[in-house]
Amino acid sequence: MTTKCEALIEWIDARFPLTSTWKAHLSEYYAPKNFNFWYAFGILATVVLAIQIITGIFLVMNYKPDGTLNAAGVPVAFASVEYIMREVNGGWIIRTMHSTGASAFFIVVYLHMFRGLLYGSYRKPRELVWIFGTLIFLALMAEAFMGYLLPWGQMSYWGAQVIVNLFSAIPFVGPDLALLIRGDYVVSDATLNRFFAFHVCAVPLVLIGLVAAHIIALHEVGSNNPDGIEIKKHKDANGVPLDGVPFHPYYTVKDSFIVVIFLIFFAAVMFFAPEGGGYFLEYNNFLQADPLTTPPHIAPVWYFTPFYSILRAVTYPLFGIDAKFWGVVAMGASVVILGFLPWLDRSPVKSIRYKGPITKTLLAIFVVVFIVLGFLGVKAPDYVFPFGVPGAPVAQIFSVYYFLFFITMPWWSKLDKCKPEPERVNFK
Amino acid sequence: MSEEKKTMDSGRRTLLVATSAAGGVAVAAAAVPFVASFAPSDRARAAGAPVKADIGDIGPGEMKVFEWRGKPVWVLRRTPEMLESLKQADAMVSDPESEKSIQPEYAKNQHRSIKPEYLVTVGICTHLGCSPSEKFKEGAESGMGADWPGGFLCPCHGSKFDLAGRVFKSQPAPTNLDIPPHYYISETTLMIGEDGKA
Repeated sequence: MTTKCEALIEWIDARFPLTSTWKAHLSEYYAPKNFNFWYAFGILATVVLAIQIITGIFLVMNYKPDGTLNAAGVPVAFASVEYIMREVNGGWIIRTMHSTGASAFFIVVYLHMFRGLLYGSYRKPRELVWIFGTLIFLALMAEAFMGYLLPWGQMSYWGAQVIVNLFSAIPFVGPDLALLIRGDYVVSDATLNRFFAFHVCAVPLVLIGLVAAHIIALHEVGSNNPDGIEIKKHKDANGVPLDGVPFHPYYTVKDSFIVVIFLIFFAAVMFFAPEGGGYFLEYNNFLQADPLTTPPHIAPVWYFTPFYSILRAVTYPLFGIDAKFWGVVAMGASVVILGFLPWLDRSPVKSIRYKGPITKTLLAIFVVVFIVLGFLGVKAPDYVFPFGVPGAPVAQIFSVYYFLFFITMPWWSKLDKCKPEPERVNFK
Repeated sequence: MSEEKKTMDSGRRTLLVATSAAGGVAVAAAAVPFVASFAPSDRARAAGAPVKADIGDIGPGEMKVFEWRGKPVWVLRRTPEMLESLKQADAMVSDPESEKSIQPEYAKNQHRSIKPEYLVTVGICTHLGCSPSEKFKEGAESGMGADWPGGFLCPCHGSKFDLAGRVFKSQPAPTNLDIPPHYYISETTLMIGEDGKA
């Protein structure tokens, strides 16, 4: 029996690199032995991606991307989502999985990115891993934005209206570009259909390609670790890093456990708070799209709000071009600037463990700034904090901090008083 | 490297580059119909037909919404007090004469309409396309501050407009609300989306 199995593997290996791929990426991929909690979010992001693809396939079987009104005067797309929720067997759980999955995706990806910030995972030689990651984040934002139009509720409709109109702020080509994106003079059935095509086909393909590139690049250079030192500097006689353990079975087992813990939380949200308190599924989106009436308060879903705050913070026209154009530029730049991190950080050490007080303070403030920007993005523009502190100027000051954090990084990261890195990783 | 260069057939390399360039042109040409398909279809273009609007049942100070090209078009019947408020707003709006705003020539006047009583305007904020809400009551009653002359407030980014659709100073919206082409078929019927024949 064993020999027959072996023979089969041998037969395949002569025609396809099965064993060598298995070794390169799993059984002989040596990951640092000192990974901590923060290193779980990459795997969790992969798990959520799988959840989104599988639930998405099943949703497409019953969803209809049709903005026209049915006999009852309800848009067909909106009605088909309600049909999935109420009449398709198991439909409600599949849909809730998908909508909860969208928010879960951003939660784990934000934590995954923060891990990179903490331990300098973007530094040489992992610049490309980081850039592929930034592109994944961009693709994910596009995917989430276009997916949000599909239920064809009030927030879907007016959110898309506002975001697509942002493009019309670009000088000269703007209005035509917005028209080209919408395929109509307002957000309409044409817009819904093309967003559907992008959401279920084009962007997922790009996303999967980028994820593959992200992982291939990572496995080429090897994983970083909480100490931010290269385990490849110390190898045994066989060329195996002394501080590395094979990814399989060590981390596959550990990660499986973490995935189970994650799924418990995921299921808790699905069953007890599927709307996530109005943040995962906004209440206004349970009203069908009405092109004639904007809901009294519109806000993007929580994961876009830090960037939305930056967009709103720009209120001054520059060089004779409208403020809204510069708002769009600022929002775009706030995402793109992440891609430049590998060259902005000039610190002699990678990990926060060995960085000095300047980095620790500025990074802590950055986290607060990001969260407050996110909070303000959910609120109306005239929001006032307790004790009468107006929200709008706070958003403006914090947006400036967001950019200054990155732009001035080459200086303060070099200036900071760092501790010496250890020769080998810390592991107890 | 230099060894390779010597053996390289530069004539063949030139042909290869020329062929690739020609292929690139073909790929670019093939992309044309795909990009073109993003533009509004003939049906979407044709859907911009004018709309007949019955305005006979609008009471003084009331507003009715019609749909034209998928957008809301407001018809507001202004009371004499409302028209009076426009003078008060003159100093507060950023483009009082509607110089850089979009409207037909016959609506480029102080009250931005053909008949002073009726305001006909596209109810879409010129900032990012939300539909502003009614804040007709003067002063603090509408929650807009004591010097509020009455008008509209956009819920998305807080742009304020007066009762002629003129945007207030330092608001996100760059221009006044658009006035669509329109004309009166009779006293109580309006054609929206077409200029009247002279």
